[in-house]
Amino acid sequence: MGLRQYLDSIEHNFEKGGKHEKWYALFEAVDTFFYRPKSVTRSNAHVRDGIDLKRMMITVWLCVFPAMFFGMWNVGYQANSALAANPELLAGLAGWRVGLIQMLAGFDPGSVWDNFIHGAAYFLPIYLVTFVVGGFWEVLFAAVRRHEVNEGFFVTGVLFALTLPPSIPLWQVALGISFGVVIGKEVFGGTGKNFLNPALAGRAFLFFAYPAQMSGDAVWTAIDGYTSATALANGAAGGVDAIVMAGLSWTDAFLGFMQGSVGETSTLAILIGGAVLLIMKIAAWRIVAGVMLGMVGISLLFNAIGSDTNPMFAMPWYWHLVLGGFAFGMMFMATDPVSASMTNTGKWIFGAIIGGMAVMIRVVNPAFPEGMMLAILFGNLCAPLIDHFVVQANIKRRLARNV
Amino acid sequence: MAKASIKEVLLNPVFNNNPIGLQILGICSALAVTSNLKTALVMSIALTLVTAFSNLFISMIRKQIPSSIRMIVQMVIIASLVIVVDQILRAYAFGLAKQLSVFVGLIITNCIVMGRAEAFAMQNPPLLSFMDGIGNGLGYSAMLIVLGVIRELFGAGKLLGFEVLSLAKDGGWYVPNGLLLLPPSAFFLIGLIIWGLRTWKKNQVEAPAFTLAPQVANQEAH
Repeated sequence: MGLRQYLDSIEHNFEKGGKHEKWYALFEAVDTFFYRPKSVTRSNAHVRDGIDLKRMMITVWLCVFPAMFFGMWNVGYQANSALAANPELLAGLAGWRVGLIQMLAGFDPGSVWDNFIHGAAYFLPIYLVTFVVGGFWEVLFAAVRRHEVNEGFFVTGVLFALTLPPSIPLWQVALGISFGVVIGKEVFGGTGKNFLNPALAGRAFLFFAYPAQMSGDAVWTAIDGYTSATALANGAAGGVDAIVMAGLSWTDAFLGFMQGSVGETSTLAILIGGAVLLIMKIAAWRIVAGVMLGMVGISLLFNAIGSDTNPMFAMPWYWHLVLGGFAFGMMFMATDPVSASMTNTGKWIFGAIIGGMAVMIRVVNPAFPEGMMLAILFGNLCAPLIDHFVVQANIKRRLARNV
Repeated sequence: MAKASIKEVLLNPVFNNNPIGLQILGICSALAVTSNLKTALVMSIALTLVTAFSNLFISMIRKQIPSSIRMIVQMVIIASLVIVVDQILRAYAFGLAKQLSVFVGLIITNCIVMGRAEAFAMQNPPLLSFMDGIGNGLGYSAMLIVLGVIRELFGAGKLLGFEVLSLAKDGGWYVPNGLLLLPPSAFFLIGLIIWGLRTWKKNQVEAPAFTLAPQVANQEAH
């Protein structure tokens, strides 16, 4: 019996009045995961297009893969390089991950396989916890509220996992995704009604709740007891010179050979996935362009102002692009269609606010070396207001035309 | 409110008509003073006393207050009481008074005190008004104490300054949640408590401001 026949044969149990009525949401999720949803629009308004929410979300998910796989390799590469440079740390390694890595591979930074396994041993548990815990909340709310489980969670889940540092404790991952899904999304009514990006809401929760595990110098490389300043922290201390002095060239930063959150390091991998999103018109190019313009504009402004005491003022825009979470946020977070501005003009403004704000926080705020997460959340908050003014301006213009 | 019994005015505000949970009043101080249980308790007592006695005094002279200047008269009474509370705190618990900073003084502007004076004490006899003040103070206190317990316990691993959960940085197991010590966390918590309260007592749920148009019914594809 094929899967389709099997699903059809058990479907009556989940319909109204069936014995597993309460589990309809879960059944529906499994069904539409494997097959096309059965429901179609029957009313007059019709758009003929092969794309629906489900395909859109799955595409985003696939587009994150380059960044994800590079991230996994890079986590291992960074850890193995740190071990190669500091062999004494090898003795301090402990835990089930080490046994797993030793069983399948070694600790050689020159071997792609070793690096990949090492990174996977850290990233996959994070992703699995995100998926199980976040999925639990999704299904729970879907079952109680009688709506369908949405593929949007695939995107939220993978984006959330990729913005975390590799060394984060798994219980914090569970807490963070719970906050993101429940407070960031479900309390407002589920997918489409949230005004914040759920993945970033969860990350922001962890960022403020557990700063010791989410920021600083010790968390970005998955080796206990190894500390190394991030590129942005170096930049805050001594500008671009300090970053280059620490051994990171622009090309390395662009390709992603630096420590950081799992998925954010390689601007190249992010741009590959982002390009697919832009070509397929899933991500709004206006938002991406707006973020770029805002970032370039504000960083040029800071370059022109200059400062004797703050070396970040002199950081050129092409460095801002490749460091920290800027590229990842620009391509995958800011373009979230639910929490971004809806109007075309609004998208430009929304993007520019995010790009500008990210640079502002990086440069002039001494408390946070990285500002992309906070900038995007700030942009999310402003998005409805921006749309309101854009719509009002349009109404005014058209009224004036008819006088 | 035709004829309210003392029991009703005393207990209704705790769950059925909670000043924070249903009327959404007094949020400001609830965010500011609940990062530990001690200040939350002191603030609760201070506000309960001020509300009760201001209700009592205003109710006693309610027939003499000219209605055109009643707000000013109420303010004078409330302000005097707040100054008394503030001075007592400064005299006997200076450290706490420092922690509570302006929030004791700001009881004057707390919507709960003013609201009860205007809405209840102006129409009801002294004893009933006094009990109403205590009741609303209890409602406020209940919320503050819950917030204070959650925030201090999970934010710092302590209760009233005593260690309850042993902290990881001192060799224990609990990693404190720093967000809970920041004022915004009280917002989330109050929201969650209101959610719980309204799930429990359905009559507190407000009518929706608007309803979404029904979606076109999905039909089977042919």
